[in-house]
Order: sequence, then C-alpha cells, then structure tokens
Amino acid sequence: MGDNRSVASEFMRGITKDNPTFGLVLGLCPTLAVTTSIENGIGMAAGTLFVLVGSNLLVSILRKEIPDTVRIPIELIVIATFVSIVDMVMEAFTPDIYAALGVYIPLIVVNCIVIGRAEAYALKNGVFYSIIDAFGVGTGFLLMLMLIGGIREVLGTGGIKLFGVQLFDMVSMLGYNPIGIMTLSPGAFLTIAVLMAIVNYRRILKAMKGG
Amino acid sequence: MADASLFAVFMDGVFLKNFLIVQFLGLCSFVGVTKDVKSASGMSGAVIFVITLSSVVSYFLYTYILLPLRLEYLNTIAFIIVIAALVQLVEFIVRKHMPPLYRSLGIYLPLISTNCAVLGAVLLNVMNEYTFIQSVTFGIAAGVGYTVAMLIMSSIREWSNVVYVPRAVGRGVTYAFFIAFVMSMSFANYFKVIPL
Repeated sequence: MGDNRSVASEFMRGITKDNPTFGLVLGLCPTLAVTTSIENGIGMAAGTLFVLVGSNLLVSILRKEIPDTVRIPIELIVIATFVSIVDMVMEAFTPDIYAALGVYIPLIVVNCIVIGRAEAYALKNGVFYSIIDAFGVGTGFLLMLMLIGGIREVLGTGGIKLFGVQLFDMVSMLGYNPIGIMTLSPGAFLTIAVLMAIVNYRRILKAMKGG
Repeated sequence: MADASLFAVFMDGVFLKNFLIVQFLGLCSFVGVTKDVKSASGMSGAVIFVITLSSVVSYFLYTYILLPLRLEYLNTIAFIIVIAALVQLVEFIVRKHMPPLYRSLGIYLPLISTNCAVLGAVLLNVMNEYTFIQSVTFGIAAGVGYTVAMLIMSSIREWSNVVYVPRAVGRGVTYAFFIAFVMSMSFANYFKVIPL
C-alpha cells in the first residue's frame, strides 16, 4: 500500500483486479443461487454492499482495539449485526425480493467477500479508504450479479422484467423459445463457467501479446 | 412441514435439495478442495460431523433460549457464534482425544465455520419448522448429500487428468464449473424421470 493510491484507483480495483467473482473467486454461493433474474441479483448485491460498507467501516474504526487472537469472532459479530439489519429492512420494505432470496440473506454472514475484505483490507487501512474499498468491491459484485442474472433471465424467460416493468419480451416479439434450464441450477453453473472461460481466454491472449 | 416423514426429509436433504448442486451452499469448498478424492472425503467427513452437531445445538438454542425470550430476530448472530464456538471446541476435543481423526480432518475444521452449508442447514431447519428429530435427520442428510456431490466431483476431476481441455478452461475453477454444470443437469433431471 504505497502513497500513490487515489480514491478512483481504490474504487476501480474492486471492479477490475479484485473483482469478487473473477478476480478473487469469492462469494460464489449467492452469485449462483440468487441470479435467476436481474431483480434478485440487484436485491442481493444491494444487501451485500450495505453489509460490506458497514462492516469495513466498523472494523476499520476498531482495528487498533481488536486483539489479534480473537479478531475473526469479532469480525463475524460485526458482520452478523449488519446482516440482521439488512434482513429486517428487506423483510419490511421489499417483501417480494425478500421472499425470493429466502435463506440467502442471512447467509451474507458467511459470504467470503465480506469477511475477506474486513480481514484483508479494513484491518490494515484507515476508515476512509476502507469505505472506498467496500464500495468498489460491492459495485463489482453488483455488476457481476446483474450480468449473470441478465444472461440467465434473457435466455431462460426470453425477456427482462425489472421492478414490475417488462423492459422487452422476445417471446411475443421474435417468437423466441425460452431455454427453461437457464433459470434452474444447471444454467447458473453453465453461465459462470462460460464467463470464466472467456475471462481466462482474454488473459491468455493478453499474455501472448505481452510476452 | 412439521408432519413430513423422516424418509422424505432425508431424501430431500440428500438429493432434491442437495446443498452443493441444487441450493449452491458451500460452493467455495466444492471448487476448492475437490482436486483429489482424499481431501474431498476428509472435508466431507468434517462437514457431516459439524452439520449434525450444530443442528442439535441450534435446535436447543432456538427452542429453549431464543423463542421464550422472544429473540428470534437475533438467530443469525446467535447461530454463527454458536457454530464458530462449536467448531473450535470440536477441534480441541478431537486433537486431544482422537489424534488419528485429527490428522485426517484437522486442517478442514477451521474452514467449516465460514462454510455456508452449515449455517444454511441450521437456518433451513428453523425456516421449515422442523421438529428435533427432523432437524437432526435433515442435518445428517445435508451432510450425506454434500459428501455424494463432493465425491462425484473429486473423482471426475481426478480421473480426467489425462483428458484434453482447452487452455482457457484449464484445470482450475472454470473446469470445475463445467463439471458441476453436467452434474447438476443429471441431478435436476433424474428425479423428474424417476420420482421418489
């Protein structure tokens, strides 16, 4: 961590190099489980973003007080507190998304991204940059969930429905035949496998050009 | 759900709601420790052990402490603390009294406290309002289902070492996801053809 960091670079790092799905390969359970549609993906990512920011903030404030030996239980309690807040807020204000996400909201507690950032970043850095880092990683997570959710929703149902508004519908317009399996569990594995292969392919191409 | 038979609960846990393939719980270990069968079976043994134990403990915690005190909304915090403490305790006990078991399971135990499969099983027990016997059965079933998926996955990865795969897929996580795709297709369709 040199002094040449800026707000923008710390923020972008969460989207590019430390991207939760393709860079760090963390937090895969929610990435696959809730991405049956864009809407669910956004709901999940928003919850995770809030927990990330909250826990990074609190862990970073307390980082000089936390004894090294018991830091993981303390981080878990901090995270679990914010997850409970998200859980109650979503149940009260967005009951539809809450019902669709089900058990995966309380499971943000064990999402490796959140504890990973608390452990790897917030414990070693100041409050301001910890929050920026949380926003960056959270945004990277949001983009990934929207991408995977979008692919699965378009292929699986033939259209995109966002917060009750049907954006477009290929079934009636183009006579598209939806691939139902894309919204089931095999579709999740296939989508992420193909996306990862594409990312790897680009990395290999880049390495060949560079070397 | 309280009147579901034990057999149905068990089959649900092992196949229909298989934690790894259908519910996507515990995927980190599914792609992380399935490079060879030996470590996959070690991890599975540890998971069965911890899930069963935490189903028992969390049932008592929820029914006799959280419910009477009207603290249900604290269940996420309470369960994660109990599971983390339980894993620590099990690690101490196993290390002291069962050194051979510790040598085979030891390194996997710390990984489990942040494995979503354990917390997932416990939370699903509460959500489905299972009784004590059902909770324990579901816990064991979830562990067995986890083992089945881990063993299939690790065997495929171990035996396909000589198979040609494109470089962009490689032998790592991407490859594991392609295998998982094929596996989940068979899991998802098998029980439509042959209903239990």
